[in-house]
Amino acid sequence: MSVTGAEGATKSGGLWSVLGLPSPSAWRRMRALARAELTLLLRNRTAVFVSLAMPVLMMGATSSTVGELDLEGTGFSAGEVVLTGGLGIVLVLVIYTGLIPTYVARREERTLKRLRTGELTDGEILVGSAAPAATLALAQCVILVACGVLAFDVSAPRSLPLLLVGIVLGFVMLTALAAATAAFTKTVESAQITSMPLLMVSLVGSGLMVPLEVMPDAMAAVCRVFPVTSLTELMRDGWLGGLDGTERLRALVVAVAWTAFAVFAVRRWFRWEPRH
Amino acid sequence: MDTMIDVRGLRRRYGPRGEGGFDAVRGLDFSVRGGEVFALLGTNGAGKTSTVEVLEGLAPPTEGTVRVMGRDPYRERAEVRRHTGVMLQEGGFPSDLTVAETARMWADSLTAARPVAEALDLVDLGHRATVRVKQLSGGERRRLDLALALAGRPRVLFLDEPTTGLDPQARHTTWQLVQQLRDEGATILLTTHYLEEAETLADRLAIMRAGQIVLAGTPGEVTAALPSRIRFTLPDGVDPAVLPVGGAVVRGQEIEFETPDLQTSLTDLLVWARDRRLELGGIDARSASLEDVFLAVAEEAR
Ligand SMILES: Nc1ncnc2c1ncn2[C@@H]1O[C@H](COP(=O)(O)OP(=O)(O)O)[C@@H](O)[C@H]1O
Ligand SMILES: [Mg+2]
Repeated sequence: MSVTGAEGATKSGGLWSVLGLPSPSAWRRMRALARAELTLLLRNRTAVFVSLAMPVLMMGATSSTVGELDLEGTGFSAGEVVLTGGLGIVLVLVIYTGLIPTYVARREERTLKRLRTGELTDGEILVGSAAPAATLALAQCVILVACGVLAFDVSAPRSLPLLLVGIVLGFVMLTALAAATAAFTKTVESAQITSMPLLMVSLVGSGLMVPLEVMPDAMAAVCRVFPVTSLTELMRDGWLGGLDGTERLRALVVAVAWTAFAVFAVRRWFRWEPRH
Repeated sequence: MDTMIDVRGLRRRYGPRGEGGFDAVRGLDFSVRGGEVFALLGTNGAGKTSTVEVLEGLAPPTEGTVRVMGRDPYRERAEVRRHTGVMLQEGGFPSDLTVAETARMWADSLTAARPVAEALDLVDLGHRATVRVKQLSGGERRRLDLALALAGRPRVLFLDEPTTGLDPQARHTTWQLVQQLRDEGATILLTTHYLEEAETLADRLAIMRAGQIVLAGTPGEVTAALPSRIRFTLPDGVDPAVLPVGGAVVRGQEIEFETPDLQTSLTDLLVWARDRRLELGGIDARSASLEDVFLAVAEEAR
């Protein structure tokens, strides 16, 4: 019995996989899933509203707290702190807290198990399901940067590639962390609780609402180890500059390490069907 | 025909080694040839789903080897999947997508899929295309599941209790579909606890109990393993002791006896009655049915 057709397809995907990129057929499969997932997201008005309104509310809160801080030593203006922090807020709220209930719901209704009987690979299922949230987050990031430059007198991004590296690493890390958290979340409702620790730590200790520069040194050093801190630093550096080479490298290493840990956690603990 | 599915010494264990775990499948051997319908028959908890999930590549075997089209369905998932169609016992779909959206998503994820409308028409769901999945009846949901299993024109089809929860008409449609697919050359492994279903559809079947196969063969072979049965009423005044058969169960004038060779025993009985000008009442003779076999097997278990 031969299945040479399949082997042929694997070979043609060879170049792509050498580059670490999904093959064209993997893109096609993920697009099919992403399209269905987008339809579902658009039908869930509450989820769309929360994804759009929460980051704006959080940034409103940030701008009032930042107004009371002494930003003298940070080298940033209040607007700069709010908008660059806003990028991180968008990533955490839309991707991390947004995806946990999605993964849990798809697992509990047995959609994940059904999908695993088809041609999609496990990774494609997780990425495809995350695509609409990632698109929503990317759109909000673009709007934030545009608003900053056009309306709030913030400079154009110093290094667009670095800013994009921060955003893309954020997508990957937070998607994986969301899937890892979903593994420990029994119901869609309890996602509000299981997402709390990382959400809180990120808002308070990752430079999203309070820049690390105004913290005591020891505290800032601890905060630099948190997952989202590295993303905030990379995105802020890409937009406004300010990190030296060592600091940039450290932020990159922290981000990659957390991403690797999250991917490991997903491989180890993610469940594809409800508990027996 | 080639062997399309091959199972050797399959064991599947849930939970840890030792005390805490549970062996759901305890050493299965069977194979399914190309173009054949093979049924795994068994009561709830016999281990059918646990077995099929390994064949589908959803879980690795705890022990033993499993091959689908000559490949390991778990390790070589990508190569095997494009040739298989699966209907889980309990699969699910997002409840807020419509039937057509669900089928489209599935079709777009396959290498070579039937058009969505064709797949839905196969299972008589064409007229429900714009309905949300959450508004479907249980039977309709099952048929949508089947439509997706067929979407990729699979050469090997796994159907885990495909007709449970269907009304009789829908069950017959599904049976016809299975027969049509088999005629087109597909290899089909299905599980069921409906004996009639196994008898109608299966070229070969295996009866499972407590994780093991207790009986396997064609429906004819399996039922031939049990004796046939003859029943009749003797006219009043005839002493059952003069009967030409041994081992009969006698209840007044009502006689019942079992025989491995229905034709010979029945001929002997009828010739004996004619010679004596006796009129036997309510003659009833039949071979063992799959149901008898199934009940006998269940009986042994106790
Ligand atoms: N995930 C699981 N964890 C532990 N035990 C299980 C699990 N799934 C099934 N079982 C047990 O394994 C046995 C076989 O189940 P199953 O394969 O579903 O049987 P069938 O499909 O024939 O009804 C049953 O006793 C069931 O309770
Ligand atoms: Mg079952």
